[in-house]
Amino acid sequence: MLQSIRHLGATTTAFVYHLGRITLFALAIARAVVTPPARFRVFINEIFNLGVLSLVIVGVCGLVVGMVLGLQGYNTLVRFGAEESLGAVVGLSLIRELGPVLTALLTTGRAGSATAAEIGAMVRTEQLDGLRMMSIDPMHLVVSPKVLAMIAVMPLLTALFIVCGLGGGYFVGVNLKGVDAGSYWSSLHANVVFSDDIAGSMLKALIFGILVALVSTYRGYTCAPTAAGVSSATTSTVVVASVAIFISDYFITALWGV
Amino acid sequence: MNQGSTRDLIVGLFVLAGLIALAFLSLSVGGLSLRNNGGMMLYANFDQIGGLKPRAPVMISGVKVGQVEMIKLADDFRARVELDVDPKLQLPVDSSASILTAGLLGDQYILLQPGGEEAVLKAGEEIEMTESAVILERLIGQFIHNTNIEKAGPE
Repeated sequence: MLQSIRHLGATTTAFVYHLGRITLFALAIARAVVTPPARFRVFINEIFNLGVLSLVIVGVCGLVVGMVLGLQGYNTLVRFGAEESLGAVVGLSLIRELGPVLTALLTTGRAGSATAAEIGAMVRTEQLDGLRMMSIDPMHLVVSPKVLAMIAVMPLLTALFIVCGLGGGYFVGVNLKGVDAGSYWSSLHANVVFSDDIAGSMLKALIFGILVALVSTYRGYTCAPTAAGVSSATTSTVVVASVAIFISDYFITALWGV
Repeated sequence: MNQGSTRDLIVGLFVLAGLIALAFLSLSVGGLSLRNNGGMMLYANFDQIGGLKPRAPVMISGVKVGQVEMIKLADDFRARVELDVDPKLQLPVDSSASILTAGLLGDQYILLQPGGEEAVLKAGEEIEMTESAVILERLIGQFIHNTNIEKAGPE
């Protein structure tokens, strides 16, 4: 009994401790970002690693999610004779919810885990200490370009995911199920509003990008310098970032009605 | 160096593709217009607009010629609807506007019925003749009322 209460206390303390550390870590990144010189070459390479290499998985998943939405949406709407609204159903669910969330989850699995493992391996092989020996701040050379690149690619990947999904929904709805092509697009156009739906979607993508970037670099940077440490940093990146995405998604939707 | 420039090209293409996707979503799907003076603004006052929403299509003979820009309450408690239509449109001054529904449960739209006058409407002018949206509940209410009168009549 006492043991379980003690365990609860330790968990709570650890949570608050990590929350404080990650905030300080974010401030250190912000300071490193504004410190010259700008690491533009590293930033480009990170966009390649995090963005371009995630492109195929994001595109394929977007297409398939759109196709599933087209099929499910059609089967539900046809019961009410409202299959003309398929475009709006596919578009609004992709833009407002599924696009940002699924892209963030995919990017966590594909790029966030890789980031944590890479920085973790650098910690383990004392490469970061080597950089410090040469009086190069690893926050400046290693961490901050990764964080910036992750924040930059997330809205782009989300937009590509949504466009692929709209294409997938169009293919299933119009080509396979025989919904009129014009009513698919017109219901989409009539129901999606830029200032509400698209801007909100991009806001979500931006916040998720910041979350994934912070969690993955923090977990990698603070991992124990052992093989088990690197593996647990990778695992906890995926778990913590995914849970954080879902929780923050609820609050963004509740607060701003996106 | 060669490998580096190939990578730059790929990254550039990726960013370009992302921005094009974003532009497509914003401009085409989201209906964000960069220019605000492209269309001709016309006004119409309705007694009842039903479920008409901004961005609803404005049609003539079923062809889309514009969209509803804004809806607000006028001083005389009627609904003032701002229509953004094609500036090339030569609409006679005695044209009328009605709010109709596409299908039984579909979205509402505005149908313009061109009149026969020589003079045409210019930007900022008002369409005088309007026909309000049909409220289904009111129609059913009227129907029930009428059948009751018929039943009561012979007695």
